[in-house]
Amino acid sequence: MLVYLPIAEVSTNLFTLLGVGAGVGMLSGMFGVGGGFLITPLLFFIGIPPAVAVATGANQVVASSISGVLAHLRRKTVDLKMGTVLLIGGLIGSSLGIIVFRWLSALGQIDLAVQLSYVVFLGVVGALMLQESLRAWYRTKKSGSPRRKLHQHTWVHALPFKMKFRVSGLYISVIPPLLVGAAVGVLSAVMGVGGGFIMVPAMIYLLGMPTKVVVGTSLFQIIFTTAYTTIMHAVTGHSVDVMLAFFLILGGVIGAQFGTQIGTRLKAEQLRILLALLVIAVCLKVAMDLLIRPDELYSVRVLGGF
Amino acid sequence: MRALWLVLLILIALPARAGEIVGALSQNRVALTASFSGSEILIFGAIRRTAEDLLAEAAAEAAGGVDYDVIIVIEGPRQPIAVWRKDRRAGIWMNVDSVTMGSVPSFYAVATSGPLHEILSPEADAAYRISARQAIRAEQVGDGSPQALLFAEALLRIRERSAHYMALDRFVHLDRDILFRANVRLPANLTEGAYTTRMYLVQDGEVVNQFRTAIFVRKDGLERWLHELAYEQPLLYGILALAIAIIAGWGASALFRLIRQQ
Repeated sequence: MLVYLPIAEVSTNLFTLLGVGAGVGMLSGMFGVGGGFLITPLLFFIGIPPAVAVATGANQVVASSISGVLAHLRRKTVDLKMGTVLLIGGLIGSSLGIIVFRWLSALGQIDLAVQLSYVVFLGVVGALMLQESLRAWYRTKKSGSPRRKLHQHTWVHALPFKMKFRVSGLYISVIPPLLVGAAVGVLSAVMGVGGGFIMVPAMIYLLGMPTKVVVGTSLFQIIFTTAYTTIMHAVTGHSVDVMLAFFLILGGVIGAQFGTQIGTRLKAEQLRILLALLVIAVCLKVAMDLLIRPDELYSVRVLGGF
Repeated sequence: MRALWLVLLILIALPARAGEIVGALSQNRVALTASFSGSEILIFGAIRRTAEDLLAEAAAEAAGGVDYDVIIVIEGPRQPIAVWRKDRRAGIWMNVDSVTMGSVPSFYAVATSGPLHEILSPEADAAYRISARQAIRAEQVGDGSPQALLFAEALLRIRERSAHYMALDRFVHLDRDILFRANVRLPANLTEGAYTTRMYLVQDGEVVNQFRTAIFVRKDGLERWLHELAYEQPLLYGILALAIAIIAGWGASALFRLIRQQ
């Protein structure tokens, strides 16, 4: 059954869209990630114009993060103050990202830029995660491992404009969280992702935040940044497809429920290894498209469209 | 005296190759709705002749004359496009150069009653811009370089593969040289606008007569409303997109929690 998407201006199979949504939803339920980094490349593969895929991807992240944010707010595992600082950075980053996005679109290089960002970020994060999770797995097998220090003092703690973050138990400069937030904002605008896969490790290793508030705080920042990105893409590029988003979300919320069930049955270390492998697999797939000679060297783009 | 007049009339009629083509469409409106999955359009019509024409034809036939052929062209709204070429730079295949074309048809179908190159002379094709190659000729020339030609060929190749440009040889059925009909399938992803439909009556490689009409393709229902909102009230549209995401995301998880608690 085909559905006509009014903004993307293509007809796509309804079950493909629901399937993509459900598949990504299941993975995001299993691993507790937003899934934007999977949905955007998958939309490219089924022929959605990149600009629409990125903008709609950002919209889908809002839907897949909202229930998580509410759950964390109830459990009070959100550092609102830190979240707000990250968010200010995020809004600045997202605005910059939108400008870069429009500029690259005009140059005809947006596909390349998006694909390259996917290869670089997914490659680096995937490799780091795999290394970390394999080490953690090894450590759990070898019982009686030495306890890690609560947090280490690094150059981050030497910067000015210090602020007290009570929930996180930190007294650090606002510059690193602003920069982290801005970086994630740029990614959200250019790649259509929430950016949790960058922000979570940055919060743990760079800012030294306690793990129990990391997920809730990152979700809090992500939901506002992606909401802002969605609006900005809608206003500057008219590239958010509500119809597309609706079917992805519909598939996604159902898939997420099953994913959560599966996730609770697997061990945390195993989950992280699987997620790392998945991230690396997506990275390789996107990289292959850039490295292998395409069958058709030419492409046609309608001007004034996407 | 009467017989003389008749001969004279035939003589006048012969070089003009009279015969008139009249056509119609099974539908001249196509609505793009959520469930739109392409549309089949029946194009039909007749070749009209006066008594003198018939007489002239009979004479021509006796002298081993040629039959009529019909060519139907459906042309979608024209758009400006850019054709990009990829090349390898630092090991990566990326867009390196492009050619902009001011106005090329978004859709182009040529249905004929026989192989196009056999029934139509190249001169007539060029004069009436019938084949897809001729339809983009003005763009194809570009700056006159062989490079520009390659880009135009690429455009034809890509659009033919995506079934936006179609050469439908022998798709027009001619019945006793009077009635004709053709079924043309419009693909699912159409651009909004007027699709001009030209019907050409062809004889001996030359266009004898033509008839024009149009199919109007427009978004309808919810699709139209969303598209208009997105372009006219983008802020409102963005907020709507967010509202749907929030309600769907939160509603679904609340619903599942309720189910699980029971």
